[in-house]
Amino acid sequence: MKNRKFLILMTVVMALALVLTGCGGKKEEPKKEAPKAAEKLKVAFVYVGPVGDAGWTYAHDQGRKYLESKMPDVQTVFVESVPEGADSERVITQLVEQGAKVVFTTSFGYMDPTINVAKKYPGVTFMHCSGFKTAPNVGTYFGRMYQARYLSGIAAGKQTKSNTIGYVAAFPIPEVVRGINAFTLGVRSVNPQAKVKVIWTNTWYDPAKEKQAAMSLLDAGADVIAQHQDTPGPMQAAQEKGKFGIGYNTDMSKMAPKAVLTSPVWNWGPYYVKVVEGVKNKTWKNEQYWGSMKENVIDLAPFGPMVTDDTKKLIADSKKKIVDGTWDVFWGPVKDQTGAVKIAAGQKMSDADMLGFNWFVEGVDGTIPK
Amino acid sequence: MGEQAFYIAILSSAVIAGTPILYAALGELVTERAGVTNLGVEGMMLIGAVSGFMAAIVTGNSWIGFAAAMLAGGAMGLIHAVLTVSLRANQVVSGLALTLFGTGLSGYLGKSYIGIPVAEPFRGVSLPLLGDIPLLGPVLFRHDVLIYLSWAIVLALWFFLSRTRAGLNLQAIGENPGAADSLGIPVFSLRYFYVIVGGMLCGAGGAYLSLASAPSWLENMTAGRGWIAVALVIFALWKPGRALVGSYLFGGIDALGFHLQAAGVHVSHFFLQMLPYLFTIAVLTIVMARRGGRLAAPGSLGIPYDREQR
Repeated sequence: MKNRKFLILMTVVMALALVLTGCGGKKEEPKKEAPKAAEKLKVAFVYVGPVGDAGWTYAHDQGRKYLESKMPDVQTVFVESVPEGADSERVITQLVEQGAKVVFTTSFGYMDPTINVAKKYPGVTFMHCSGFKTAPNVGTYFGRMYQARYLSGIAAGKQTKSNTIGYVAAFPIPEVVRGINAFTLGVRSVNPQAKVKVIWTNTWYDPAKEKQAAMSLLDAGADVIAQHQDTPGPMQAAQEKGKFGIGYNTDMSKMAPKAVLTSPVWNWGPYYVKVVEGVKNKTWKNEQYWGSMKENVIDLAPFGPMVTDDTKKLIADSKKKIVDGTWDVFWGPVKDQTGAVKIAAGQKMSDADMLGFNWFVEGVDGTIPK
Repeated sequence: MGEQAFYIAILSSAVIAGTPILYAALGELVTERAGVTNLGVEGMMLIGAVSGFMAAIVTGNSWIGFAAAMLAGGAMGLIHAVLTVSLRANQVVSGLALTLFGTGLSGYLGKSYIGIPVAEPFRGVSLPLLGDIPLLGPVLFRHDVLIYLSWAIVLALWFFLSRTRAGLNLQAIGENPGAADSLGIPVFSLRYFYVIVGGMLCGAGGAYLSLASAPSWLENMTAGRGWIAVALVIFALWKPGRALVGSYLFGGIDALGFHLQAAGVHVSHFFLQMLPYLFTIAVLTIVMARRGGRLAAPGSLGIPYDREQR
């Protein structure tokens, strides 16, 4: 009697587990393609979040789709929601064993696993996003998002009436600090009275919490909300309060059409095509790519109707200088929060310093927790 | 911002942040009062959030969405009941399986619903007269309907548990199902019923997130609130009124942290995140010490009822 019960139970649990792995979309889910796959170059993507996060991973997946549409002789596969660390090493290995010739690993925490797997498969090309370690067959890539953030700051600085702009920030790491600084410099280039008030949420991904953080900024007098978060929660808060916002990752205007001025966005597609073509033509090198506005890896989403032509022109002018290479965001003079000059006039901040940003520029109202 | 406005803002967002946890905790409370542990809250909330959102998009009516979320949560409860009541599976294992299942299934179902706004999300309405009371009005009476509904459920549940025979029966099947069975109380069907009702409330908690507090669907949007609800029920010692207070306390911690940051005061984030669990441990310790080791938990919590082994 007991045994039979146990058997039934095990069957049900197994069935559940099967349904889970089958439908969950959490596990390996090779994309079905035409049967002629034999001659196709197989390109694999490893994602840290679900493709449905409407943010970081979604943007990479758009790039993957673009690659597939531009290069018919390429077949792509992806694995989503892969935890950083040892688990990812297993996933990357498996993808290579399944025949992937190019692997894009799209989160910082995949750095060491990527290097480890690359050692075992010298014939395969690996590209790791946002890291700093390379090998003969491993390159890195990232985008100068701070340039787009600067431009979005111009829109915010022109829009604010209260001269208080809120910034919902995820974690106090250099990437986020750099974004806040660039944004603030953009704001104050058109509105030197304005301040950017920062709140840390310590999460990348919690819509209700991020919205709440934005609400507290709005309560504190902010009338434009910018964000370094992966969900549109802060934009919803801005819309509900009848205020404005700057999205992130992808065009967030659909979620809050009355609020969103614009969103700094990732545009990986053309770069993915370039890399894969390089591998095909054997011109690929293990570079450390940090793409700028010029290469279109980052951009601004279309402006909302509330953005004036005057503002659009200011942004276009700055964008032109950045694209031309005649000017960049962290060229001196730049002052820190105490008003001391950190980057003297005529000086340019080096990439290494930018990648280790640990201080706020003048105009930021907030602290970097230690 | 004036000092009064500052506190009003914190308290009012504590209520909003606490509500999804409150619904889920009430669901967990009903289930556990019937003697069944449920660690599937997170999965049930996600299923509720996605079903509610999908139904609201398809029909354009958020109330239908809310009802759909409760139905879907109830269906999850039914699975849990089949496994734990009929098959007498380990309740912890079944609950964990449901959390994994709910996380995966909700992500799969919601794929094409990402990034779409809801036509008519639940919005705050100021109650006539009550909304104009100084202090209390803006804190309590300018919210969306689902918050008022949650108070009604707390009140009804309190009355049901402490003032009605059926409520007594519910307590009996959780305390001592053998004795209840011998009195002719239908233990199995009642456990089924309350596990399903509990699932419905968890689904409602998920729908509160996707239809009211952050109207949208994103994978995994509950972000661990189901687990907070499980802790909250222990904190509340299985009493609905305390669950209400506790949920606002737990929800208020983030609100407090954010408003302090906006005011330029910095408290360690890690300290704040610790507080809900610290409170729970503190309550457990106090209760254990006071009652000589007898916790207020239902006597047969976690133990499947087997007639042959009475």
